[in-house]
Amino acid sequence: MPLHSRHLLGLDGTKREDIQLILDTAVSFREVLDRPIKKVPTLQGKTIVNMFFESSTRTRLSFELAERRLSADVLGFQSVGSSVAKGETLKDTARNIEAMKVDMVVMRHAASGAPHYLSRVIDANVLNAGDGSHEHPTQALLDMYTIRERLGRLEGLHVCLLGDVAHSRVARSNIYGLLTMGAQVSVCGPATMIPRDIERLGVNVYHHLDDVLPQIDVLNVLRIQLERDAGRFFPTVREYHNSYGVTRQRLEKAGRIVTILHPGPINRDVEISADVADSEHSVILQQVLNGVAVRMAVLYLLATAS
Amino acid sequence: MQILLKGGRLIDPPTGRDEVVDMLLVDGRIERLGKDLPVSQAQIVDCQTRVVAPGFLDMHVHLREPGFEHKETVLTGVQAAAAGGFTGVCCMPNTNPPIDDESVIRFIQSRARVALNGAIDVYPIAAVTMGRKGEHLGNLAELAEAGAVGFSDDGDPVADAEIMRRALEYAAMFDRPIIQHAQDVSMTRGSVMHEGIVATSLGLQGWPSIAEEIVVARDIMLTEYTHGRYHVAHASTAGTIELIRRAKSRSLPVTCEVTPHHFSLTDEIVRSFDTNAKMNPPLRPREDVEAIREGLRDGTIDAIATDHAPHSFDEKEVEFQAAPFGIVGLETALGLTLTELFHTNLLSLARIIELLAVNPRRVLRLPDVAIAEGATANLTIFDPAQEWVVDPTRFRSKSRNTPFAGRRLKGRPIGVINNGQAFWND
Repeated sequence: MPLHSRHLLGLDGTKREDIQLILDTAVSFREVLDRPIKKVPTLQGKTIVNMFFESSTRTRLSFELAERRLSADVLGFQSVGSSVAKGETLKDTARNIEAMKVDMVVMRHAASGAPHYLSRVIDANVLNAGDGSHEHPTQALLDMYTIRERLGRLEGLHVCLLGDVAHSRVARSNIYGLLTMGAQVSVCGPATMIPRDIERLGVNVYHHLDDVLPQIDVLNVLRIQLERDAGRFFPTVREYHNSYGVTRQRLEKAGRIVTILHPGPINRDVEISADVADSEHSVILQQVLNGVAVRMAVLYLLATAS
Repeated sequence: MQILLKGGRLIDPPTGRDEVVDMLLVDGRIERLGKDLPVSQAQIVDCQTRVVAPGFLDMHVHLREPGFEHKETVLTGVQAAAAGGFTGVCCMPNTNPPIDDESVIRFIQSRARVALNGAIDVYPIAAVTMGRKGEHLGNLAELAEAGAVGFSDDGDPVADAEIMRRALEYAAMFDRPIIQHAQDVSMTRGSVMHEGIVATSLGLQGWPSIAEEIVVARDIMLTEYTHGRYHVAHASTAGTIELIRRAKSRSLPVTCEVTPHHFSLTDEIVRSFDTNAKMNPPLRPREDVEAIREGLRDGTIDAIATDHAPHSFDEKEVEFQAAPFGIVGLETALGLTLTELFHTNLLSLARIIELLAVNPRRVLRLPDVAIAEGATANLTIFDPAQEWVVDPTRFRSKSRNTPFAGRRLKGRPIGVINNGQAFWND
């Protein structure tokens, strides 16, 4: 059974059976990653370009590894040093790359909706690797994979997204995906970082971490953009940490075992304390490994969907 | 040139006329007005299913010349106006150079005189402040003398309360309105669409309604204090409409206009990331659209104006947040107005003509169009029942940036007659 779409632009509107299919397919690829030879010929002869118009290390490497494990031909760039810096439009860049006969485009872009636009102007499969504050579907898929791996299910779990929900594409994709899969979703953060009307998406809103911790199974801790946000959305890093920092003491007080996720990179002792990040309830490194398997699954399914 | 408009329904709100009547035009003048005029050598225009009205004036148009001729020129702009049923337009000053000097007014006037042989009246609106920078009051007396019918820094607000106060005081001496683009820029940095559930869903930077309303509220207080005259451009929120309603109930000299897109569309269409859904002020939710419709019905809103904002294809063919704000409006305004407001039984044709023809002139202290024997003909003829489909490739405007492509509309401009010239849509 193939996916319903030949692009993965986001999880908003993505069908439950498609998410299920991706997560199930990822299980087989996850097994591949434990073999001595971690490479399969699945995408031999396919060419994939990774267009990163925003700097990224983790996601870019994860995609690249997934693509190489599938034996695809891989090329890529970050906007620094490409023609984008010279003022070329997204459309021209993409069309030029497509003229080289690539099969799939993986794109990270600072503008919400950029991959949606791209999918209308080029023929290749488009895979969104993060667009502005909008969506980061493979991150949410690997989060869901990791939760399912740890807790055995998604349906009925209560997951909380903590921090800068307003500017987080990870948060949005998690909300869409988790709600579709039957989980209960809450968001928690300072009022300045909770976007207007978000409760209309079907999530609960909390402003005090201690109120929500005793109720949840999973806490997905969002990264704080220190440079951008201090002074505008919260006063100081110290105050943020005091109010929203995930500490062992807080978790113990809640009296409940909570699985901790973080999309990385971590600001240690800002949004999460070092001992929690490294604790037995943290699945942060599993997320990284699972990310490769989930991206292999998505690439494989998109390549065979078209 | 003799034209006989045969059997049209003349609706002229200032005189209260609403009757089927023939009209004989000779050399651009209304020669005779009466029942069953004898057919002479005149060109006969069958107006039996049509309405004959005082010529429409769009008080909010960006003609883009000088400076942005790749988007629009005075010529293509007035061609679009004629096709859209307008015999007059007011052009906004965010040109390059801006309309902050009488030489620019004279340049535009010289272009307008030759465009379509001067058929379309072009009334410049001059900048409130020098360079539209919001810092230094412009030479408003000189500009008014040269022909500016109002003042606005449109595209940007007059943000500074002191400048706004002085502008209202100063412009009142020659009875010109200050036309405010109401936007608190400190609340809209990086904003690209209305702040609400759709922006939250899409991860786009929101633009709260109150960013408009707090400026309007402040300006109404300034208007009361200064006895100036204040007009809100493209009012877009329920709160703005309510503020104006209250100001009017206290008889303050406050007026406003709304655009066809703000009473026809909601921010839901941004979900497509179509850059033709991006405008300033942004599209609002259903509640605001309903409030605008109620304001049109109860008389709070004075005028319908398009905020015709042409941009070239390539400028709009980019990511949503990188695209410029604005859509073209001249050629869809009447169709949208009739479809959304008349055929829904919200407004009468007479009220629609007030909004499109009568009130814009009154806000700007231009004389009413006279429809009487001996007067110069300044007329818009339209068919309220004709259905058509918006096809941007047929626009006369140089730009095609519209979210209404493919939309079926009921009601269509047939022709305009003004300054001795007549133009008919095929």
